[in-house]
Amino acid sequence: MTVTPGWYMTLAAVLFLAGLVGILIRRNALVMFMCIELMLNAVNLTFVAAGRAYGDLNGQVAVFFVLVVAAAEVVVGLAIIVAIFRRRATASVDEISELAG
Amino acid sequence: MVELVIFVLMGAVALAGAFTVITARNAVHAAMGLLATLFSMGVLYVLQLAHFVAAVQVIVYAGAVMTLFLFVIMLIGVDKEEDTREQIPWQRQLSLGLAVIVAVTAGALVVGGRFVWTPGAPAGAPPPNGTIQAVAQPLFEDWVLPVEVTALLLTIAAAGAIALAFRTQRAPREEQQ
Repeated sequence: MTVTPGWYMTLAAVLFLAGLVGILIRRNALVMFMCIELMLNAVNLTFVAAGRAYGDLNGQVAVFFVLVVAAAEVVVGLAIIVAIFRRRATASVDEISELAG
Repeated sequence: MVELVIFVLMGAVALAGAFTVITARNAVHAAMGLLATLFSMGVLYVLQLAHFVAAVQVIVYAGAVMTLFLFVIMLIGVDKEEDTREQIPWQRQLSLGLAVIVAVTAGALVVGGRFVWTPGAPAGAPPPNGTIQAVAQPLFEDWVLPVEVTALLLTIAAAGAIALAFRTQRAPREEQQ
């Protein structure tokens, strides 16, 4: 029994689903950020698996760009969370509703 | 056979880590679960001959990003109990129902054997070996402009994070004057 790219795709789909559910049910902004990382990683796994299936290295190149964007997103996102926490002393997204109309 | 064993092992670790992330009450535990997932993803990359991607995954994700996460968790406190009351009625039930629907559909596809990948490469072609040189070649030949743009993006992100940190320190003093 060999491991086909479909197996990796399935694992990535389940991981993506876990991240999506986490975003929907968690309230802590930090944990929601971790769930976003989870979803980005799942997509990276599909990139590598597809690149292998097609015999194309560009699948692995795409992972680098996702990685860089994820790193930038984490830097800015965590800075925003810390800035909000300094003012409001909370990391719960339900309490941060000043921008709501 | 070896690939199958490693895939099952690392897949189980990745899923357990993901489950920890979305269920752990303590944010540090969630971070540790994410760390387990990121490491097992690195092993899965090695399994697919993406050596350099695996190294970068461990260095950037498991190293830098997780350190940043843990620092912020320590900064803003971990012992705060999460409020589980829902602002939107039925949100939890709906999201879990959605998850079950997607999982059952994916499972049916796998069990039914319909999730068969049809590769574009000719049969018997060797999978690409993701050494540093092999990855750098397309990265700096075909993708030079995107690389420069991402460099700019990183610079802007770093500058933005510093600006955010400075602004929140200065704001109370301006209000006093």
